[in-house]
Amino acid sequence: MKTAIAILRKDLLLELRALETVPAMVLFSLVAFVIFHFALDRATLNGQLAAGVLTATLLLASMLAINRLFVAEREQGGFDAFLLAPVDRTALLLAKAAALYVYLVVLEVIAMPAFAVLLRPPSLGASLPGLVAVLALANLALSIVGTLVSAIAVQTRARDLIGPVIGLPLLIPALIGTARAIGPLLNSHASGAPPAKWLLILALYDVVFALLAYAVFDFLLED
Amino acid sequence: MRGVTRHFGERTALRELSVRVEAGTTLAVLGRNGAGKSTLLRILATLLRPHAGDTAVFGEPLPRRAFAVRSKVGLLAHEPLLYRDLSGRENLIYHARLRRIELARVEELLAAVGMQRRADDPVRLLSRGMVQRLAVCRAVLHAPELLLLDEPRANLDPAAAQLVEPLIGRASGRTRVITSHDPQAAVSEADLVLGLKDGHQEFLMRPVELKQDAINALYA
Repeated sequence: MKTAIAILRKDLLLELRALETVPAMVLFSLVAFVIFHFALDRATLNGQLAAGVLTATLLLASMLAINRLFVAEREQGGFDAFLLAPVDRTALLLAKAAALYVYLVVLEVIAMPAFAVLLRPPSLGASLPGLVAVLALANLALSIVGTLVSAIAVQTRARDLIGPVIGLPLLIPALIGTARAIGPLLNSHASGAPPAKWLLILALYDVVFALLAYAVFDFLLED
Repeated sequence: MRGVTRHFGERTALRELSVRVEAGTTLAVLGRNGAGKSTLLRILATLLRPHAGDTAVFGEPLPRRAFAVRSKVGLLAHEPLLYRDLSGRENLIYHARLRRIELARVEELLAAVGMQRRADDPVRLLSRGMVQRLAVCRAVLHAPELLLLDEPRANLDPAAAQLVEPLIGRASGRTRVITSHDPQAAVSEADLVLGLKDGHQEFLMRPVELKQDAINALYA
């Protein structure tokens, strides 16, 4: 765990210094909301349509972070430096997934108010606890699968293409689960609680991919 | 190493290489670009798996016991393995945390290579010589028993080379494998010299037995 914390601390410090990934994700999301605002041309957006817009925007914004997650390791020798250390390689998976999770939380803290202002979904305040619960599980899915996909993509020459090409299909179940769980929260008469069925599906998806990532991550780092 | 072979696709980087280095001695590896020198170092550093042959470091077979070997090996590669947006101190602290080393060791090494004053500058703003000094600190941070040095004095001026000498020179008392494009300098500090050409072992002998013709043929 100490190793993972050391890597996470380094990654967050690098992001704070370079300010490359999170600002790009935020900018992408804001632009997407502006595009949806004008393209859909509606006074308010509610229910499943609002959920779809929010989920798709967050998913696509996360691809920017997924593409860049291991770039510093590849370009500046971080992989070799890590592999030279006598440490459990799962620590890298844990740290990178945690870094991606932090990026997504920062993105959502900034993007949600913009979503509320530009697309005016109803009852966002009352649904906030439920929304936080759904996004917590969705972020976990994006972090785990994103880290796995990024570790594969960074080994290839076409890493910018491989990330979305592998990542988006793998994330379709998480996208559906998130959108379906958020949809009822953004209805005019929302109860405030997300549907348990979709939360359970998201949680199951997280567990399955966490186990899969744990099982294969070592092999991705092998020569 | 016995009969070690390593391929990259269809190219053979090392072919049936056999060499034994006694503890506390220095092996100098000579050869032109692409001769297989860096591949040899990366196999010993556990970063590459040999495709054939047996490799052991301090009696630990590779790659099976790579985990045990990693704490005993320090690699100074072509690339400094430092993050450009972090300072030298932050980079070394990161590596110290990875290896569970007291942070006092970082300050000790920064002082040893004369980098205390510029230790908080981002690595991307430092000269190549300064980066190389930091890379030396990173390589010896965990006081490795085996040093794998790829052109260790590259970019260092004579004064800086003197500063790193106690850490990576013969006086460090460590077992060393050095690659160099400067045959005379490498041979002068070696106990054994290995000549590589296109992945083949051209010679393996003590410096006193080595003739200039053999070195010339290596670079011809």
